Amino acid sequence: MSTMSAALLVLADGRFPAGGHAHSGGAEAAVKAGRVTDGASLEAFCRGRLHTAGLTAAGLAAATAAGIDPLAVDAAADARTPSPALRAAARRLGRQLMRAARAAWPSPELDALAAALPRGAHQPVVLGLVARAAGLGPLAVAHAAAYEAVSGPATAVVRLLSLDPFEATAVLARLAPELDAVASAAADAAGAALVEGLDALPAPAAPLLDITAEQHAAWPVRLFAT
Amino acid sequence: MHLDHPDTYPHRHTYTAATPTRPDGTRRALRIGLGGPVGSGKTATVAALCRALRDQLSIAVVTNDIYTREDAEFLLRNAVLAPERITAVETGACPHTAIRDDISANLEAVEDLEDSVGPLDLVLVESGGDNLTATFSKGLVDAQIFVIDVAGGDDIPRKGGPGLTTADLLVVNKTDLAPYVGVDLEGMARDAKAQRGELPVAFTSLATEGGVAPVRDWVLERLAAWAAA
Repeated sequence: MSTMSAALLVLADGRFPAGGHAHSGGAEAAVKAGRVTDGASLEAFCRGRLHTAGLTAAGLAAATAAGIDPLAVDAAADARTPSPALRAAARRLGRQLMRAARAAWPSPELDALAAALPRGAHQPVVLGLVARAAGLGPLAVAHAAAYEAVSGPATAVVRLLSLDPFEATAVLARLAPELDAVASAAADAAGAALVEGLDALPAPAAPLLDITAEQHAAWPVRLFAT
Repeated sequence: MHLDHPDTYPHRHTYTAATPTRPDGTRRALRIGLGGPVGSGKTATVAALCRALRDQLSIAVVTNDIYTREDAEFLLRNAVLAPERITAVETGACPHTAIRDDISANLEAVEDLEDSVGPLDLVLVESGGDNLTATFSKGLVDAQIFVIDVAGGDDIPRKGGPGLTTADLLVVNKTDLAPYVGVDLEGMARDAKAQRGELPVAFTSLATEGGVAPVRDWVLERLAAWAAA
């Protein structure tokens, strides 16, 4: 199983039509609070998100790709997502990804999960199952999950702050070695979870992201859904 | 692993507007998209259509507000439909993305409405205000209306753009304002004809009693064709 597959490029493409464009990953709340104001603070935000929510998502995706029961991983995702707003968003995005993936990589496993959870499984769980359908392994899909954790906020901040798009892309490029490390850690944890159970998956939390997600969900005027 | 399935899993066409039936085999509602610039009267057209048709048809509306819930709330406040028949989709600052490039959220909104209040005859999907290039994906709607207004400038039909030139119906709204903004309606009609060929154009004044009639009639024609297909 190699991570070098063009299918990974298709899946991780920002234009993949799975609903991500409407989400800022907490960046909108951070911009409003004055915590993200430029490239440097965007990088700090993305680094924090990568090593918390990003690692958690990558572990869940890798575990599903490794063949662990997606319904069990979905329960593990619920346990790792304390914010009700973020749980709802993760299921909405999972449902949207499911729709796109069933057209792109039709698979009985995807059909089965869609039938079991018609309102949507957690997005990283669906992502892991999509990886199986696309012939990608746990490490590859962990890369995709980790990259999503930072590419979404970076794109959103370009819109929210009119940040120079070259600067935002440079932030992502500088984070690439850390993305690799997070993906490796997530894939290793998925391997451990096959033997030891789902408690072996990482569960780092970002309390501020959870709190601001709840506040953001109540804003009457906002550009992004999260 | 799953690098290659032993048998090619059957290709599916069943997840978008490409299929006229719902998962349970019943025929789904006709889906009509309404796009056009900010302030041209999209929401007013939706409201007027709902009032004109709600007694004879089962209707639901999906709005795509760009950064608020204003359009959905306008429809709710004016009670053009029961609240459970109106859903707002959030678009992340990109209204055209949500109706053309990544239609997943809108498809889910449409399908959820059919599940919760269906069976429906007609679903109206209103885009957030956008530019002249905005078009709806064929995966989301069966037909689209582009709404402009005379106060936005009589050069708009001449400028064209995919939204304006390819829409199944072009609505030129606020004709009652033409004398006040120095607009030549006949010139607009000529320019629209040049851009759109045989595609229809409706001139409306929604401020007038029954002003939505040309759009209503067009929708009823599409519905008859949909039912007969």
